Amino acid sequence: MVDFGFGLVPSSRINLDLFDKQKYEELASVEPDVRKCMSCGSCTAVCTAGNFVTTSLREAIESIHNGQPGKALEMLGSCQLCGKCAMVCPRGINTRHLILSINKIYGKI
Amino acid sequence: MIYEGKQKIWADYQKEIPDDHYFYVRSCIRQSFFPASEATFLDITRNRLGKDIFETEHHTTCGGIAYHSDTIPQETVMTIIARQFALMAKNGYENYVCSCITSFGLYCETMETWREFPELEAKIRENLWKTCKLDFAKPKFLIHASDLVYKYRNLIAKQAVHKLVNVHTGQPLRVVEHIGCHYSKMFPSKGVGGAEYPYVLVGMIEAWGGEIVDYPERRHCCGFGFRQYFIKGNRGYSISNTHKKFESMEPFHPDFIITNCPGCPYFMDRWQYVIAESTGKTYGKDGHGIPVLTYEEVAGLVMGYDPWDLGLQTHQVGVEPLLDKMGIEYDPEKKYLGKGGKDIGQPEPCICMK
Repeated sequence: MVDFGFGLVPSSRINLDLFDKQKYEELASVEPDVRKCMSCGSCTAVCTAGNFVTTSLREAIESIHNGQPGKALEMLGSCQLCGKCAMVCPRGINTRHLILSINKIYGKI
Repeated sequence: MIYEGKQKIWADYQKEIPDDHYFYVRSCIRQSFFPASEATFLDITRNRLGKDIFETEHHTTCGGIAYHSDTIPQETVMTIIARQFALMAKNGYENYVCSCITSFGLYCETMETWREFPELEAKIRENLWKTCKLDFAKPKFLIHASDLVYKYRNLIAKQAVHKLVNVHTGQPLRVVEHIGCHYSKMFPSKGVGGAEYPYVLVGMIEAWGGEIVDYPERRHCCGFGFRQYFIKGNRGYSISNTHKKFESMEPFHPDFIITNCPGCPYFMDRWQYVIAESTGKTYGKDGHGIPVLTYEEVAGLVMGYDPWDLGLQTHQVGVEPLLDKMGIEYDPEKKYLGKGGKDIGQPEPCICMK
């Protein structure tokens, strides 16, 4: 095979039918603030771990909405719970608690 | 269904195309990609159909490539376009026909911007006089060359030597039609059939005996996208677009693809080679690709032109299986001979694609 220096990129297609509404409602009942997130990305901008690995609360919440909870757990796996994201969130979301709740409900810890 | 009502709705999707007397402008990139297409268009319209199509060596690029790559300001592009229009008026024409879809989209955008912002039009009028000493003019009708071939499709069908029919089975050839995005997606009212039902290529295929293939990604972009291709790091997105289209059309076994844009035939043709050589996947029968032709080339084949005079040897995907299906005779020995029997050289053989 010939290497042209570029190639096919993986498909970014999402299947919204995979969104687990029951689990999301379970998360929202424990952590109603999850509905407040407006995906501004302030949490990701200040994330210490995010400077070194792919940690992003914004993207994790998006992934849950897109029916990709595995990707969300992967994103949050390297979170150190430092809480900087909670300090900058314009919606006042308790992000540390939210991250723990996502891990508990979707990760079955 | 109320037939009259449907007719009235469809009338809103039509475009007025004058029958004759056009000022023709060529495309920068088509002349290097598929150089015989424009010559074929001029030969068919002027010599076979007897139409008045005028062109001048003084016209330039429309500036579209630079504009869509964000390298020149819009006012500069508008002044270039105003110069083209002024040349048309200077030569006594008011119908403007362009070969390129990028240019067509840009002309539509410019005309619309002038209509919306008359003060900008006044500024361009001044720029044109300062730089070129030419009088400002606007075309009465702005037409793409495929609109004109669509208009003449039945006249071409009357002179047809070959139909878009498989001579071995008697079945119509299955054709994928691909409209350039800038033809009707930007200004739907400027294209035949609008953005929802582009009919310009479908009309040609139906008139010449072929059958249109409908498939899920029919209106997906070819993958050119200017910056997605120009920057090597982004080419993965370009080829992935094309890949998505071919994966979608493959189950319908098209015999060939017809396009009306400079970029679409190039990328759908060349990326088939790259996909084949980097992944081993081919989309035609027995390791061949799916030939991708311009509308002028298809019209030329229908009217009995020699395939090598149409420049079909400049395509990456071999067209011989299609020629065999249509019953067109060709001399394989002459494939890579240019005018006067001059050897134009041969490409390296492909590893995976025949």
